[in-house]
Amino acid sequence: MRTGKLHSIETMGLVDGPGIRTVFFLQGCPLKCQYCHNPDSQSFMGSNEITVEDVVQTARRYREYYQVTGGGVTFSGGEPLMQGAFLVEALAALKAEGISTCIDTSGYGQSHYYEAIFKLTDHLLVDIKHTRNDAHKVLTGRDMTGIRHFIKALRSFEGTITIRHVMVPGSTDRPEIMAELLAMIEPIQKKVDKIDILPYHKAGVEKYSQLNLSYTFESVPEMSPERAAEFERSINEALRASKERAAEVTVIEGNGYQLSA
Amino acid sequence: MTQNFTQGTWSDAIDVRDFIQKNYTPYTGDDRFLVGKSPKTENVWDKAKSLIEEEIEKGIIGIDTTVFSGINNYKPGYLSKENEVIVGFQTDEPLKRIMNPYGGFRMLEASLEAYNYDICDDMSKDFQTYRKTHNEGVFDAYTTEMKTARSVGLLTGLPDAYGRGRIIGDYRRIALYGTDRLIAEKKKDFKALEAKPATEQVIRLREELSMQIRALKEIAEMAISYGDDITKPATTAKEAIQFFYYGYLSAVKENNGAAMSLGRNTTFLDIYIERDLRAGLITEAEAQELIDQLVIKLRMVRHLRTPDYNTLFAGDPTWVTESIGGMGTDGRTLVTKTAFRFLHTLINLDPAPEPNMTVLWSRALPENFKRFCAKMSIDTGAIQYENDDLMRPIYGDDYGIACCVSPMRIGKDMQFFGARANLGKALLYSMNEGREELKRQKDGQPMVILQDIHALTSVDPDGRESLSYDEVMPAFKRVMDKLAGLYVNTMNTIHFMHDKYAYESGQMALHDSEVRRYIAFGIAGLSIVADSLSAIKYAKVRPVRDEHGIAMDFVIEGDFPAFGNDDDRVDTIATEVVTYFSDQLKKHETYRNSEQTLSVLTITSNVVYGKKTGATPDGRGKGEPFAPGANPMHGRDKLGALASLNSVSKLPFENVCQDGISNTFSIVPAALGRTEGDRLTNLAGLLDGYFAKGAFHLNVNVMSRALLIDAMENPSKYPTLTIRVSGYAVHFNRLTREQKEEVIMRTFHERV
Repeated sequence: MRTGKLHSIETMGLVDGPGIRTVFFLQGCPLKCQYCHNPDSQSFMGSNEITVEDVVQTARRYREYYQVTGGGVTFSGGEPLMQGAFLVEALAALKAEGISTCIDTSGYGQSHYYEAIFKLTDHLLVDIKHTRNDAHKVLTGRDMTGIRHFIKALRSFEGTITIRHVMVPGSTDRPEIMAELLAMIEPIQKKVDKIDILPYHKAGVEKYSQLNLSYTFESVPEMSPERAAEFERSINEALRASKERAAEVTVIEGNGYQLSA
Repeated sequence: MTQNFTQGTWSDAIDVRDFIQKNYTPYTGDDRFLVGKSPKTENVWDKAKSLIEEEIEKGIIGIDTTVFSGINNYKPGYLSKENEVIVGFQTDEPLKRIMNPYGGFRMLEASLEAYNYDICDDMSKDFQTYRKTHNEGVFDAYTTEMKTARSVGLLTGLPDAYGRGRIIGDYRRIALYGTDRLIAEKKKDFKALEAKPATEQVIRLREELSMQIRALKEIAEMAISYGDDITKPATTAKEAIQFFYYGYLSAVKENNGAAMSLGRNTTFLDIYIERDLRAGLITEAEAQELIDQLVIKLRMVRHLRTPDYNTLFAGDPTWVTESIGGMGTDGRTLVTKTAFRFLHTLINLDPAPEPNMTVLWSRALPENFKRFCAKMSIDTGAIQYENDDLMRPIYGDDYGIACCVSPMRIGKDMQFFGARANLGKALLYSMNEGREELKRQKDGQPMVILQDIHALTSVDPDGRESLSYDEVMPAFKRVMDKLAGLYVNTMNTIHFMHDKYAYESGQMALHDSEVRRYIAFGIAGLSIVADSLSAIKYAKVRPVRDEHGIAMDFVIEGDFPAFGNDDDRVDTIATEVVTYFSDQLKKHETYRNSEQTLSVLTITSNVVYGKKTGATPDGRGKGEPFAPGANPMHGRDKLGALASLNSVSKLPFENVCQDGISNTFSIVPAALGRTEGDRLTNLAGLLDGYFAKGAFHLNVNVMSRALLIDAMENPSKYPTLTIRVSGYAVHFNRLTREQKEEVIMRTFHERV
């Protein structure tokens, strides 16, 4: 039986996909986001292991909660897509049980598993860290090649996608960033149900000192939740408008008209 | 006059349920029909609120020291007479407390002394010369063992010095039938007993029926003093609510029971309101006004307690528990518009701990009602939930909750309340040859509390003592055998005397003459016991013994599964313990053939029980608080809230913990979901899922730890902050510092 590297389990995930979800936080992440709330989940070394059978056994215990809320299992991290082989088996086993599946990812994973994973996943939470390459690199340690590649790969995904963005004041709290974000996801927007703008906050930074890590975001103020909510409202409005325009275009195409792109 | 009501068996016999079933209107719509408070209500509530705030500041507003408790011993009292739509206070002034000497005179004296009040000398002397109390009766009959078990805190909170409470009169009967009819029925029952031989049982019942009839007359006279004739049935919604309230009011004039609960009334009252609304006699604003004003009255019920009592059960609780919602056995919901109106008082009159709003949750409840309850929990934190799908098959659809979690059929069942046994301490006795671990005799020698508990013998190959599960568990069972016998006999003694010296004639008059009696036992420290036994089984535990061989501390090597992680290795231990203890209780003969039930409930007493208990093998230090009720110990649940809820949901209700299993749950608002819609769906779904697992009860607090810490430091900023502790809600400001700290230490689910 294949095993995965596990950071922790949260049995009451209420903000990790639709409904009430059991969240398996897998250990290890290729990104090193400066604001990461779980820095202890970044390392690929020395973690607990979990078998596919453990995942299924655990999930079965919460079936009643899934049924009434449309919930299920979410794999988060860390970066779950870095454990592609385990993920494929675990997702298949959950699907066989009729349990809904969701993955919370930054899009930096083992790409040769994407196709198999997408077939077994109902919902994706895709975290987009930044829209500009240099800033992305400073923030996460990686440039945007990975996320661009992932968005391209998502064209073959047939489930629902929720886009997430942690908004950092002074960095991404600008309308032009929001426009760029929309442009980035334009090829897959049909599948996007909504965009969550999560205000950057400092809850949990004490983990850094516990781990003897320095917290480079010390001087960055928290994002006002009200302002983030305002950005969230307007970007979702823009997303809706963009989807409607695209739908019109499809209708026109269907009628055999020429597009004047 | 029973105009426009559909007739049924209720017309010929006392049968409130039948009246409800034939006449009520289920409501599946949403909350948009609700309205704010009327100007009259605003006036009354403003005055009430400032009086309540003054009381929180001063501790007490007043005591009537001129007369002892009784149904009709006080002149009418008002707060703002011209604005009061529903009238009646316990004494002639709001919040002025009653002296009730019948439970125990010392308790009364201690209370008066604590608040610097003097009772008139003659009254005190005369009463003590000519009248014996419940408390004196009990202590005349207690054995040495009973007294010792009580003083060391093995059996605690027993109702042997105050009113037992937990009895719910069917106050609706007054509105539906009027007292003349109720008296006539009681007389009929008495007549039927005249033919029977005068056995002790029959004599007692005849005496009680005569007392009940007298009480009904007194209730009617008390109502007359407020200008109402309740000898006949109520004819309007206003009368129905007022007459019903006179029934409850007489109960809290006559008794000072620990929990004086209200029953299950919204469906019944809705019938009258709905009829008056349809007839155009009242408007929605007036309907809400009636309910708001009833609730103001319920919030102003007080009992005179000693400061001691308040350290056990903080916040001056009265447990005016109202059971709301649920489903009928025919599949129709018992939710009516008045269920919404009742909950809506939390908005119209600000959140408050009383009445103790208890929603009977069923998977089949209307979705609109579920969402409304979730919204009220999130906005006010003042609701508890209990599993109707679990109780309905046992009790039918006209039961209610007394106190926190005790179900009983309204007007048909009563219970003998029995507080709880400290199982954490009992576990220590199994390792200490039945000897007390903290309290010593005057000469410093250990006290033997339970006889014939043998010393443990397990040692490691190196010769050092190490606890063996195979030895400790059977020893613990022997302790539970003995404890069960002691507990049942103690309870029999208490309730024999309570019936004899402090009989609740007014409340029992509103029951059938032949009632089913439960005798409700309880335990504290379940998660401590389960974790300790788990540590002994799965890790290595070495006791550290003092010179007398008493285990004063424990050294634990290795890990062990803890209750609250949905781990069957330890959860089955918890189930085995409650099942075993319940079985032992059932082996003993009970007073009046009452049926044994068991609760896992501590209210706030988990702090005091912990204080009286030595270190335990789970790593809990000496004197540290237990977890409340059936809650897992805070900090030991590692997998989040649902794993914790799943562990608790495994504890068996029917036939085992059938007096209720209390669980308290705190979550920060943001962790419930990103949008308001998500939060409502998730909270309602959480309750659906939890109860589908067969769980019994959940207190829901939606708030943050930071807020509680701020409230502890700046109480004046939070005059109405209400939190649910264990089975009841309390004004946070009324908790002791120790209790506040314990509440703040509890697990908050806050991952976002």
